[in-house]
Amino acid sequence: MILETEALAKRYRRRWALRDCTLAVPEGAIVGLVGPNGAGKTTLLQLIVGLLPPTAGAVRVLGGTPDAAMRSGRVGFVAQDAPTYAGLTVADHLSLGAGLNPHRWDAAAARQRVERLGLPSGQRAGRLSGGQRAQLALTLALSKRPDLLVLDEPAASLDPLARRAFLDETVAATTATGTAVVLSTHLVADLAHTCTHLVVVAGGRIRLAEAIADPTELERVVLDELGRAEAA
Amino acid sequence: MIRLALRQFRTSAWTAVVGLVVVAAAVLATRPHLADAAAAARRACGSEPHCPALTAFALDNTAARTVFGLVVIVAPALIGAFWGAPLVAREFEAGTHRLVWAQSISRSRWLAVKLAVVGPATVVATALLSALVTWWAAPLDHAAAAVYGTFDQRDIVPIGYALFAFAFGVAAGLTIRRTLPAMAVTLAGLLAVRIVVTEWIRPLVVAPRVVSMPLDPDTTGYGWGGNILLGVGPSTLQPTTPDIPNAWIQSVRVVDAAGAPLTDQALKATCPTLGQGPRGPAGPVPEAVRQQMHDCVARIGEHHHEVVTYQPGDRYWTFQWWELALFVLLTALLCGYACYRLRRFRG
Repeated sequence: MILETEALAKRYRRRWALRDCTLAVPEGAIVGLVGPNGAGKTTLLQLIVGLLPPTAGAVRVLGGTPDAAMRSGRVGFVAQDAPTYAGLTVADHLSLGAGLNPHRWDAAAARQRVERLGLPSGQRAGRLSGGQRAQLALTLALSKRPDLLVLDEPAASLDPLARRAFLDETVAATTATGTAVVLSTHLVADLAHTCTHLVVVAGGRIRLAEAIADPTELERVVLDELGRAEAA
Repeated sequence: MIRLALRQFRTSAWTAVVGLVVVAAAVLATRPHLADAAAAARRACGSEPHCPALTAFALDNTAARTVFGLVVIVAPALIGAFWGAPLVAREFEAGTHRLVWAQSISRSRWLAVKLAVVGPATVVATALLSALVTWWAAPLDHAAAAVYGTFDQRDIVPIGYALFAFAFGVAAGLTIRRTLPAMAVTLAGLLAVRIVVTEWIRPLVVAPRVVSMPLDPDTTGYGWGGNILLGVGPSTLQPTTPDIPNAWIQSVRVVDAAGAPLTDQALKATCPTLGQGPRGPAGPVPEAVRQQMHDCVARIGEHHHEVVTYQPGDRYWTFQWWELALFVLLTALLCGYACYRLRRFRG
């Protein structure tokens, strides 16, 4: 398994953001994490990449701790709103990616990707459009040639057309290399075309985790599950 | 990481360079005149240490001396607020810590490299600034013969202040996670620590030298002293302070043979008319009052004498090194706190 969590829980002061979360992500899987705002999606993803320490339970990423996995450079992560350094140019970002991941950086692929997407390399990230910024952040994550890619609402800032293009492009880039992906979203429509597995989170608990058998039924399945979570 | 840290520091570094160039230009433009004026004053005075020409030279340049001194005092505060506080806080505000912490570099290393880039820059910038101003003011400082009066604007202590302010800014930014409040806290913290050290810690470094002398009936007056911040003392006899060049006079007291200070009762009993002179606008003191004061001090002087504690000018460098060491130690503690805080950081 690329990623396993066992009875994972996170409490902020007195509020449980996540409880009793047990998950397993196989190699090459594209997992869609769906749930309403505040369901615990971001908390779960930040636990996976070691930005948060768990209150209880355990995470194993690539067979080790999240910290070790991140230090190895085998995990790519794009945080919510795709943060980039507003004052640094696209080229600066690529060189910081190279400098911060000396053992796992595909400089040629990074440069090609930026050129193909038409990101002007001398442009400051603060002056890029939301979609371009998301693409830049994704380029940083992908150029590490990660075994696991973690994306927190990667398409949230994009318009519907750009969103579809971004997700298709992400899937194409990762399926080519066999990279496993965990991405969160609150739009079910995002999942149908991209994901192989579905995880529904609501109220800090996992309501459903299964492989997607029939994409056309996806929306109904998710809404049923969220409805039950609401009623409970 | 070092390239990213350098890249992020580039604008700040250029600002510092421009500031230093401006100060250096001002120093180089005015220093020759200052040196000439000092030489002329010394020629006029010959070997006499307290001559009007030298005093006039010092007074003529008070404004420029104050301005340069202020630049040295304010620079550490600016470094703390604009280099220290945003160093980490700005990353939190922009969310870029989630970008940089997701790379193959540990958080501790990330912070260590940032500190290793901006810390030495802080030392170099303040050392250059202080050296420039110290060199510029040397003729004036020599004429004024009050080395402790400009203690915190000269030589090596500004480096300590700047390092401390920088580390304080980083720690505040890491704790508060917002740039603007962290800047405000840094300024307040620097001011508070500087006051505490100046008022209460610095005098403890070396035991002061003590001299005793009889009260001088001609120059001793009556009144109160102190400052608004730290409180004003009650009215009592005010002997003049002895004129010791470059000395830092810490206290001037009137005590009896046993070392007990002059009490208000004893003073009132000996000189019942004291403090009851004519009130109103200041003017020449009537001869009768002057004579009463003279007699009063002479009577007090039969049982009491003046005790002065002071730090001689040749201890100046001892104080400089001690204060630098103290602030470097505080800097190290703050850096340790920042690392601890970072390791426990959530979110």
